[in-house]
Amino acid sequence: MSDVKYISGKEPHPKERRMIFKNVDREGWDQSIETYEKDGGYEVLKKAMKMAPGDITTEVKTGGLRGRGGAGFPTGVKWGFLPPNNTKPVYLICNADESEPGTFKDRYIIHQDPHQLIEGMIISCFAVGAKLAYIYIREEFPEGAQILEAAIEEARAKNYLGDNVLGSDFDLEIYVHRGAGAYICGEETGLIESLEGKRPYPRIKPPYFPAAMGLYLCPTIVNNVETLCHVGHILRIGGEEWAKIGTPNNTGTRILCVSGDVQKPGYYEVEVGSLTMGELINDVCGGLKEGRELKAVIPGGSSAKVLRAGETFKVGRGDDAKEIDIWNIKMDFDTLAACGSMAGSGGVIVIDDSRSISWVLNNINAFYAHESCGQCTPCREGSLWMKKITDRLVGGTASPTDIDTLYDVAKNIDGRTICAFGEASAWPTESFIEKFKDELVADTNPELAGEKVNNEAQLAAAGLL
Amino acid sequence: MSFEVPAEVETKVDQRITHYPVSKRSAVLPVIHELQHHFGFISEEAVEWIAVKLELEPIKVLEVVTFYPGIRQSAPGKFHIRVCRTLSCAMAGSAELMDALCETANIDRSGTDHHHPIAVSPDGKFSIEFAECLASCGTGPVCLVNDDFHEAVPNAAELLAKYD
Repeated sequence: MSDVKYISGKEPHPKERRMIFKNVDREGWDQSIETYEKDGGYEVLKKAMKMAPGDITTEVKTGGLRGRGGAGFPTGVKWGFLPPNNTKPVYLICNADESEPGTFKDRYIIHQDPHQLIEGMIISCFAVGAKLAYIYIREEFPEGAQILEAAIEEARAKNYLGDNVLGSDFDLEIYVHRGAGAYICGEETGLIESLEGKRPYPRIKPPYFPAAMGLYLCPTIVNNVETLCHVGHILRIGGEEWAKIGTPNNTGTRILCVSGDVQKPGYYEVEVGSLTMGELINDVCGGLKEGRELKAVIPGGSSAKVLRAGETFKVGRGDDAKEIDIWNIKMDFDTLAACGSMAGSGGVIVIDDSRSISWVLNNINAFYAHESCGQCTPCREGSLWMKKITDRLVGGTASPTDIDTLYDVAKNIDGRTICAFGEASAWPTESFIEKFKDELVADTNPELAGEKVNNEAQLAAAGLL
Repeated sequence: MSFEVPAEVETKVDQRITHYPVSKRSAVLPVIHELQHHFGFISEEAVEWIAVKLELEPIKVLEVVTFYPGIRQSAPGKFHIRVCRTLSCAMAGSAELMDALCETANIDRSGTDHHHPIAVSPDGKFSIEFAECLASCGTGPVCLVNDDFHEAVPNAAELLAKYD
């Protein structure tokens, strides 16, 4: 890989290990199938097609690949939930609805290296026995949808898709399906409803996994773009080798997307757990902005609970147990979970001391109020209430008791909805209040203590009436 | 004016429908996209046309049209701008970008709300709305103008000058 050169000014950081993003910003690279094949593309597919499908799943399990969309669920295990002795068709859906605020990795795979995704998808389809697959891509990637459709046509012309793939008895069609701007379509059962042509209301669980009952009530596998790309790399080097990358139970590489108050925001592919928060912010991202201090980090997309600079976290068990500060958090699934947050989608939002916490929380709450699908009452009403209260905070007309009300609303959404959107919308508010209550209270108006806040006047002032 | 879908658009629609061999209803969004791309928005007539095309009750189309933020029910300007409103872009100045774009294009957003998010310039050339996270948080502020993506937008006037 030493012959890989990158566009000047866009070279990877020395701490990176590029697998998925090997071709992103690569000099002389384009999206064509010729370029991809010249670089060894589709060779892994040829190898995979000679394997027994079950062995591919075994390799993925051996690699320990965990889903890169947000939940971090083991991919091979997910595939293993397909019912045995199934007689119905199996579908595979690539979740390219990338829309968790702070996350911008799939964009670059789709726009710069579409064949990597297509190859990973074909291998995965072969492994799970899917003959029809869809790429559910967010509507706001119009160019990405065109690029993928062109790539699919190229792959079909080479018989990587279509009837009798590479002379085998395996048939496969992949189609691109565009969403229409709704965050909830990233929830896999909401996505399936959307693909069926309905409103994307997430389905009631159980069944917990669409592998049991998904698209058209048939067994369905839904995987994230980055996850499906990893499948190709696992087969290329073998599950055992792949599992040596990263740390146990947090294997492989993963793309961290850093945005907010750092010198060099951007995408960085690293071995999972090879970096601490401090190394990520100070080395890789060039540190905070001049003269600024760290206030908070949202480590895994805006739904992830916020981490406060200055708080301490207990990690490890038994003899390994220790207390660490925010700078020493290892950026992997298990450590971030131990710190009370999550690695989520890999979107790291850095917030410095120039930012008002009320303003940040209000921006996040406005997102969830806009994106709630409206199916469950606690979330539909609560997400809007949370936005209204933080509107008051930002506008200087919140009563001191509003913070407790806000917390109460969040706690009454959390755990009371059909899908995880409830938690996603409640966790920011819960964690911001738990960690920044003083600052939020300081933004309330003490003169309004004990007064019933007049929402109508508020709405009028905000131009909403 | 009667509602007519040109033959070349209908050909594309028919092509899209073949992608869903199990259920025609699945083609609702793709067909909406084809019509919205041509007409700029989805009118009542378009809803009826899609319903007939896909052999659905019109409400099955309307419920989809009214749900998704990406589907417009009124005519946008010739160039429709969507500015990312969400956190990382807001930190990079998307609210200021929105104000500057509105001022430059002479757009008044005061009449907009959750259900009517789009404001159009008096000459009909530009329309604008906020969008939620466009997934390019490292290069904010970002926006879409029709299907063109713009990142780290430095200046409203410079951006709008590209569209005539």
